Amino acid sequence: MSNAQLEIQLIASLVAVACAIPGTFLVLRKMAMISDAISHSILPGIVIGFFITQDLNSPILILLAALTGIITVVLVEYIQKTGLVKEDTAIGLVFPALFSIGVILIAKNANDVHLDVDAVLLGELAFAPFDRLLIGGTDVGPKSLWVIGTILLVTIALLILFFKELKLSTFDKGLAASLGFSPAIIHYGLMSVSSITTVGAFDAVGAILVVALMIAPAAAAYLLTTDLKKMLALAITFGVFSAILGYWVAHWLDASIAGSITTVLGFVFLLVYLFAPSKGIIAVMYREKQQRTEVSLLTFLLHLKNHDEIEERHVNHLNEHINWQKVRSKTVLELALKNNMIHIENNIVSLTKKGNNFTSKAINYIITNEDTQIEDMKDDFFLFRG
Amino acid sequence: MTNKTNNDCKSKNLATTKTMDITKYIELVFTDYTLRTITLGTAILGAVTGMLGSFAVLRKQSLLGDAISHAALPGIAIAFLITGAKDSNTLLIGALISGLIGTFWIRGIVTKTHLKSDTALGLILSLFFGFGMLLLTFIQKQPNANQAGLDKYLFGQAATLVESDVWLMAIITGICLIVMLTFWKEFKILLFDADYTKTLGFNTKFIDILITTFIVLAIVLGLQTVGVVLMSAMLLAPAAAARQWTNSLSVMVVLAALFGAFSGVFGTAISASQDNLSTGPVIVLVAGVFVVFSFIFSPNRGLLFKQIRFIKNRRDLELHKTLAFMHHIAETHEDISHPHAVKLLNNFQGYTRSTLQKLVDKNYVQLHGNMWSLTKTGFEVASNLYTKQSTEDE
Repeated sequence: MSNAQLEIQLIASLVAVACAIPGTFLVLRKMAMISDAISHSILPGIVIGFFITQDLNSPILILLAALTGIITVVLVEYIQKTGLVKEDTAIGLVFPALFSIGVILIAKNANDVHLDVDAVLLGELAFAPFDRLLIGGTDVGPKSLWVIGTILLVTIALLILFFKELKLSTFDKGLAASLGFSPAIIHYGLMSVSSITTVGAFDAVGAILVVALMIAPAAAAYLLTTDLKKMLALAITFGVFSAILGYWVAHWLDASIAGSITTVLGFVFLLVYLFAPSKGIIAVMYREKQQRTEVSLLTFLLHLKNHDEIEERHVNHLNEHINWQKVRSKTVLELALKNNMIHIENNIVSLTKKGNNFTSKAINYIITNEDTQIEDMKDDFFLFRG
Repeated sequence: MTNKTNNDCKSKNLATTKTMDITKYIELVFTDYTLRTITLGTAILGAVTGMLGSFAVLRKQSLLGDAISHAALPGIAIAFLITGAKDSNTLLIGALISGLIGTFWIRGIVTKTHLKSDTALGLILSLFFGFGMLLLTFIQKQPNANQAGLDKYLFGQAATLVESDVWLMAIITGICLIVMLTFWKEFKILLFDADYTKTLGFNTKFIDILITTFIVLAIVLGLQTVGVVLMSAMLLAPAAAARQWTNSLSVMVVLAALFGAFSGVFGTAISASQDNLSTGPVIVLVAGVFVVFSFIFSPNRGLLFKQIRFIKNRRDLELHKTLAFMHHIAETHEDISHPHAVKLLNNFQGYTRSTLQKLVDKNYVQLHGNMWSLTKTGFEVASNLYTKQSTEDE
């Protein structure tokens, strides 16, 4: 592994961490699309900044572009406040307009600006190590590494300082406001950090990858845990893992690094989406199937309780009367037997004492619909579990 | 005509059209093949996206367009990898399929997990787009010389539109129209009351999928012209502008189609008459101007008239307050028209010279130098001011 390769992976990992932290909060605050809007609308800021500084890594350019990001947020909120359109429409209107202005600015000044829209959207990580930062003539590493490193340090410092406030205002805005934390300051603080991170990272990895790195790791982590600290840690882990693996995939395919990091992120999310223990799609479907059977069981028990006639309680009658499929009725019958709810004599089904007891309780719950009833039922029956 | 000669044609036009006036431009639109094709293409595209965009906006799926247009990219790349040809129809089918996969995955995430729709949209958008970029860069490294020009789908190049593309757009727009008219009732009821639709026995899932598929189709059609990034604005802007002028769905759809078509025509005109202006961004900005104009000047919802109404209401209220105050004083006298000093009103908030003058104009009050007195009508109006529900405007 050469020095350049190591540096690319280091930059990618730092970007991943710097994105995962604000990303987690964006996902939790249901503002994920704002990051997409910011990533597009910083373009005019970057172009204007580039006119002034002629250097993509200059701090002035980063601040200018981040300011455009914040202007986007303010504009979206203003339009939303007028009540003329919904929030998502407001986002969808603002960022393409700003992006168009950026594209036109670049096109009109193509001779003066050595800036490519492709480069802004996609970035080129492979070139990052060649743009070195020289201090007093000595080479101290790639510029992007310093830029993103600084942003990351500031982000981490802010996170540690304001963790309590962020956490509170994310989960209970009202309480946070009543305790005296200004929701506006926290909101715009988070927006500023996201803007600056997006701008700092776009040069290395491109605007779209920034969005992917912000949202995907956080979304995958959110499927695995509901603890904020664990979620942050998981998001960072996913981000760094994808960054490094993505680099090697790109190396192997000889394709865009940003693209392959995103693709790896996609696979990570897909795996989590499918297999997450309690919120993954397979677990959810299994649970839904389970619940269907349990509801059927309850219906069946209620049916038994309501009918003393022998013909109503015959095993074959189930198919006709409750209109279940053969397999379904068999599963339900087995489940009931296994739980000692019923016993079968000469194909006639009757409730056991336990079954009878349980059914009464269930009816009671259904009629009163009181949550207190459900508490002890949870212990003796699986239906009301989770 | 191939794309290349088409481009040459366009650049030649650009040189000649630079200092052209409007009548000449209009003449050129009808005589010049390239300009006519592009203008027609963008107009049709604007119309169909505006039409379907109305549904997207009303269904609160505004950002779906953004997600779908990004999600279409890997489809284009895969279609090219499989067929090895740059035929735009094949690529569009690829885009359509991957756009649909993206849409249904978004739906799967939203319905099956606790992740919210914004997260799902952002996820699919960025992940699919990144994957598409991976494929595009992968294709570029292949020893296949035919691959140049795929990146026009990123930002769109209206100049590459040829007649067959316009025909395709026209046909799909026609199909859209027919389907929309056939299922108008169903679309409308699903839009405003999904639960009710279900209880009426409509197959909501089918209608839902139908609308979504057409939205995806419209987006995919526009990719070649305005590109992945700006496509969402084409879908939203005309619809958001149209929404401000009406509360009726049919009027909104027609208006949105008109706004879209005009954005296309004007955008093409502006970009053709200037050097170095790509068509896509200009069309989006023109549509943006429509939106801003509608936001400000629409008679019922517009910000301007809302402000005017607000000020007028406040004035009316102040007028009422003054009259009520006068009534309060006049009540204590036997003669209701007993004159009082204007100074009396000075320490009362609602009073200004102009409101007093207004009351005089309405013949509620008479002024004699520094004294005012309530007339009989004024007294009656004032005593009924807060007791009866008067709807007539004072």
